[in-house]
Amino acid sequence: MISLERLTKKYGDFTAVDAIDLEVPPGQLFGFLGPNGAGKTTTLRMIAGILRPTDGRIRIGGIDVVRQPNEAKARLGFIPDRPFIYEKLTGMEFLRFVAGLYGQQGAQVEHRGRELLALFDLEDWRDELVESYSHGMRQKLIISGAFVHRPAVIVVDEPMVGLDPKAARTLKDLFREYVRRGHTIMMSTHTLEVAQHLCDRIAIIRRGRIVAAGTMDELRRHAEHGAEGLEDIFLRLTGEIAARDLVEVLDA
Amino acid sequence: MPDETGARPWPFLAVLRPKWLTARARTVHGEKGRAVRWTVLGIVGLAFWAVAFGLLHRVLRYFAGVDEIGALLAGRLLGILVLSFLSILLLSNIIAALSSFFLAKDLDLLVSSPVDWLTLYTSRLAETALHSSWMVVLLALPMLTAYGLAFSGGPGFVLAALAGFLPFLVIPAALGSALTLTLVNVFPARRTRDILSVIGVLAAAGLVVLFRLIRPEQLARPEGFRSLVEFITILRGSSSPFLPSDWLQQVLMGSLTGRFDPLPLYLLWSTAAALVVLGALLHRAFYPIGFTKAQEGAQRFAREGTGTRFLRRVLAPLGVLRRELVLKELRVFFRDSTQWSQLILLAVLVAVYVVNIRYLPLSGDGMTFFIVNVIPFLNLALSGFVLASIAARFLFPAVSLEGRTWWLLRSSAMSMRDLLWAKFWTGTLPLLGLAVGIVVVTDVLLQVSPFMFAVSVGTITLMTFAIAGLAIGFGTLYPRFESENAAQIPTSFGGLLFMMTAIALIGVVLVLEARPAYEWLSARSAGEAPAASSLVAGLAGAAAVCLLATFLPLRLALRRLDAIER
Repeated sequence: MISLERLTKKYGDFTAVDAIDLEVPPGQLFGFLGPNGAGKTTTLRMIAGILRPTDGRIRIGGIDVVRQPNEAKARLGFIPDRPFIYEKLTGMEFLRFVAGLYGQQGAQVEHRGRELLALFDLEDWRDELVESYSHGMRQKLIISGAFVHRPAVIVVDEPMVGLDPKAARTLKDLFREYVRRGHTIMMSTHTLEVAQHLCDRIAIIRRGRIVAAGTMDELRRHAEHGAEGLEDIFLRLTGEIAARDLVEVLDA
Repeated sequence: MPDETGARPWPFLAVLRPKWLTARARTVHGEKGRAVRWTVLGIVGLAFWAVAFGLLHRVLRYFAGVDEIGALLAGRLLGILVLSFLSILLLSNIIAALSSFFLAKDLDLLVSSPVDWLTLYTSRLAETALHSSWMVVLLALPMLTAYGLAFSGGPGFVLAALAGFLPFLVIPAALGSALTLTLVNVFPARRTRDILSVIGVLAAAGLVVLFRLIRPEQLARPEGFRSLVEFITILRGSSSPFLPSDWLQQVLMGSLTGRFDPLPLYLLWSTAAALVVLGALLHRAFYPIGFTKAQEGAQRFAREGTGTRFLRRVLAPLGVLRRELVLKELRVFFRDSTQWSQLILLAVLVAVYVVNIRYLPLSGDGMTFFIVNVIPFLNLALSGFVLASIAARFLFPAVSLEGRTWWLLRSSAMSMRDLLWAKFWTGTLPLLGLAVGIVVVTDVLLQVSPFMFAVSVGTITLMTFAIAGLAIGFGTLYPRFESENAAQIPTSFGGLLFMMTAIALIGVVLVLEARPAYEWLSARSAGEAPAASSLVAGLAGAAAVCLLATFLPLRLALRRLDAIER
């Protein structure tokens, strides 16, 4: 459903994403992990059509994101890591606006919007301006916005940031059910427990390159440590084990 | 450098340092084409200065040649210019203070750090003054140069101008910040809407009163005075002896005419110092309460009422996407007090303008056929300038204001053409209504001929589209996505460039039209058969310039929108 071929993004001399190849088939929840600055957000923003790749191809359901952007984006919902939205719209107005961007309107949008707001406990806030929402509530509204037009693919950057435990649980259930219905999700996260329990397959990116990709079992084999959890595998594959001596840091 | 205890000896500078570093980073690590940008800015800026300087210098040289009353007239003109600077400064300081003292994002960090109240006050005051004053300083430069050269000022004038202008900039900054502090304390919980309405209404009243106090039309009609002595007495009399603008005018004219009196300079400096001290004391007493009030959440509901449902139906032919974009534009605008409150200001500007047209002496000595027919073109030029200012404030920031939500627009299945379309039309239609309204009302007041009426209305219509196209175009080519305050966006490089281009456009259009129109009218009044060819060529040329200025910037903007990555 999502296909990346030698996807590259350069900012001047700096290569943020370095010729990565990935295939995410339909009906799969794909985890995208990596240390800070590894190129996760850049990759996801390119898939969402926000950034233009320097080289390579991105296809959503066989449609090229660069050549036919509107057709590709019509199948896609994007959830960014920072919940910036129009402060002066109400929650329900925001959902109507997002649906409108995809040419959708009417009773079905209203119904879907209400259901999504209710799912995330935002029903009582539906007619209140977004400026009075907390960080977590904004995040929940943006997640609702990504689902309101029923996309086939969801691309999501750090979905759990700012969510309360109940909302986090709701979101995990929603993701699982959504994928079970044959849709596709590509998700970046730093919460390794979430990735380990939720994702069908995981890719680990480091300095713009995919260093490993596969199921949890495949990753374990790749890291050559049979019974390890994802945290150990992640630290081993990304070379992040050598942390500074904490005592030294705190005494500095 | 930190001292032994680790504290900085100049905490004031430490607090301002991030702003300085940000500004430097923007200059040093600017995007591609920075050299071109600065060259263009330099050329356009110099051209603008040259024109402003040239016009003023010519008028002043004429004044300088008139014995006795020449210097008085020049002084009175300076008084009017400086007074308008003062009112602009006061108003922009009030608005900038609201942002820098109460709404800026970095205040959480500063207020939670052990930064003492005086450091916070002085650093924010400096920031407010800088934001509000730089444009006035740029405008004042050609004015001061023209005065200095026309009256052979010399180095003494430069010193007097520097010594007088500095406290003149500090006074409205301290006063504006104190007024904002008081208003934030008076009104409950984050009621910026109310605060700005009050500020707007106060400014409205203030401006109208000030302009009427000056009675500029009186000076244009010396024959209206009983004697020359009375005219000179009026000129010599101080128009507003308690205003800093009057003191500055006395400092400048005193140094130019060799009758320098130190008292106005003392008054400027002592008032500036006193206001800063009083402002600091007010800040110490009331800032913590005001800041807390400004942070309280605004619990506001907005349900879809009959108005929105009606609008939804009216906009239905546009299709779902464009309708939702237009509805979003309207909602965001009318719910944002920093945006709509400026409509009050706009109403004041227009009211002052129309009132002044009403008082123009259209009959009497010296009112030749030429002058009577030039006035409608002058009216068009001034209306165009008012439109350009409004477009700079409301249309220019339109694309920049999408900065934080760019991810949503970019990742959805819409073309940038639709976004640009919505931005252009939601801005242009109200502007067009206003423009045609102003020109029709002023033309009726000026009692222009049907021919001039048709030319005026046609020209202002085309000019509105051109100004709107330029505003959206420049706003997209030079976006300020990171700006916290919509009011600050037009004061950017792109905003300046837009204003200058718009003024140049107005000039070109009027030059193309005025001469053939005048020839046509004089031929007709002389009973001759007027030659239509030059008139048609002039009008067609003006129309072509307007159409080019509408479509070219929009085309470039569309290309830029497609390429924007953030």
